[in-house]
Amino acid sequence: MQSFDLEAQGLRALNTALHAQSDNTNQTVWEVQNPKGSHAIAVGLDAPIEVNVKGSTGYYCGGMNKQATIHVHGSAGPGTGENMMSGKIIIEGDASQYLGATAHGGLIVVKGNASSRCGISMKGVNIVVQGSIGHMSAFMGQSGNLVVCGDAGDALGDSCYEARFFVRGSVKSLGADCEKKEMRPEHIEFLKDIIAESGVDAKPEEFTRYGSARTLYNFDVDNAGAY
Amino acid sequence: MCGIVGLFLKDPSLEPILGDMLTDMLVTMTDRGPDSAGIAIYGAETAGNAKLTVQSDTPDEDFAKLDTDLRKLVKGKVTIRVTDTHAVLELQSDQVGEARAALKDIRPNVRVMSHGESLEIFKEVGLPKDVAERFNIRSMSGTHGIGHTRMATESAVTTMGAHPFNTGPDQCLVHNGSLSNHNSLRRRLRREGVHIETENDTEVGAAYLTWKMQEGATLGEAMESALEDLDGFFTFVVGTKDGFGVVRDPIACKPAVMAETDQYVAFGSEYRALVNLPGIENARVWEPEPATVYFWSHNEGPTAKEKAA
Repeated sequence: MQSFDLEAQGLRALNTALHAQSDNTNQTVWEVQNPKGSHAIAVGLDAPIEVNVKGSTGYYCGGMNKQATIHVHGSAGPGTGENMMSGKIIIEGDASQYLGATAHGGLIVVKGNASSRCGISMKGVNIVVQGSIGHMSAFMGQSGNLVVCGDAGDALGDSCYEARFFVRGSVKSLGADCEKKEMRPEHIEFLKDIIAESGVDAKPEEFTRYGSARTLYNFDVDNAGAY
Repeated sequence: MCGIVGLFLKDPSLEPILGDMLTDMLVTMTDRGPDSAGIAIYGAETAGNAKLTVQSDTPDEDFAKLDTDLRKLVKGKVTIRVTDTHAVLELQSDQVGEARAALKDIRPNVRVMSHGESLEIFKEVGLPKDVAERFNIRSMSGTHGIGHTRMATESAVTTMGAHPFNTGPDQCLVHNGSLSNHNSLRRRLRREGVHIETENDTEVGAAYLTWKMQEGATLGEAMESALEDLDGFFTFVVGTKDGFGVVRDPIACKPAVMAETDQYVAFGSEYRALVNLPGIENARVWEPEPATVYFWSHNEGPTAKEKAA
């Protein structure tokens, strides 16, 4: 295992070392000590490595990630996993606002709660939250799945496209053009798999599905009030 | 951006190092705003006395013999403690109005930063570490305090545009965000007779709270109505004589993190500001909810009141 003291060695040295890893690296497990809420930890990785961050992180941890697994043993700041392409981010604590914004792929798991704008403009990522999520989550979500074992805040899925939302608890309000949908067998199957992969505590049958009513896809003057 | 910090002590044994802790927190937030910095500290008070913190760009001239000159115009004793461009005047609390009027005549270049029984505000253009050093903030003790480092957006980088803003006796406000209706609100408040000095948006927010309270609202009520009347982005932290409060606008895009232990309640724009506080590893850390007014007080239990959207 490679150990890295962020306070002593600095952010640039950490990200340089992580960027130097290739598909067939031998240094597959990294541990980052003393993150202390620093920004941009382990951004832009592109190798099948595991990075364990021993504490809480600041802005944009794991942003643009490809392939790597980033495990935050604490809480994560705003914009964690922004524009992630593949790989995995696991957050043991809470996640701040706009978790997984515009992310194209991979899996983000939050063991605590996620704040506002979780999954905003998501483009294919899967996000699983053991707790609850804040307001305006999945705003303009285009693709991917947002699975919430707790409750969702105001305006879930406002102006969404084809992203799917599964909420076990209550939804404070649905955003424009977001509606409740039926749970079909394929949704139960999907939840079964992702719950197992995420290691969260929930049963597929307990969830309700939400998604786009598809009335805002094309401009219609009767919808002017909803824009 | 801007960076805000706040620290409310529950454990009196930390009071001697309040200034030191707050300075560390604020210096960590320097990269959120390098334009100006300020700190409000609630420190020792003398019964029957009030403190006026004043500022001058020419302190050598303005503060020389200021106490003796004022003593001729107000009742009772006047003492002065000068630090750099600021001075804390201590006088009988029933003489504050007279003293402020007198200052306008005898020292027209002197600006009042704050008034109250325990509150002192120090703020200047510059980095947090330099401002803290100039005013010797690290050596200050107190029960609670708030600090701000500014990235200016709505008005000029000046001392008067720096935060915290004094809103009423022993009350102050810091702001991260930008108000979009400050021009119309400033006109409205000026018509109501409220004095607003600068083109700064936060000063309007502070003046709004002061005006609401003069009209009979409590600070909590004034903050709740601010959610209706202020348009724009804000995370506000307000200091009061016995505590501090936090409110975020309903969109809540300006960051805020809080931490609580048996020893303190702390606020930071980012978690980074809190990482060196004692016992932070085991603190309860959370983000304040949007459109919710939070209060911590030395005299009453904590409250959190959600404003219906």
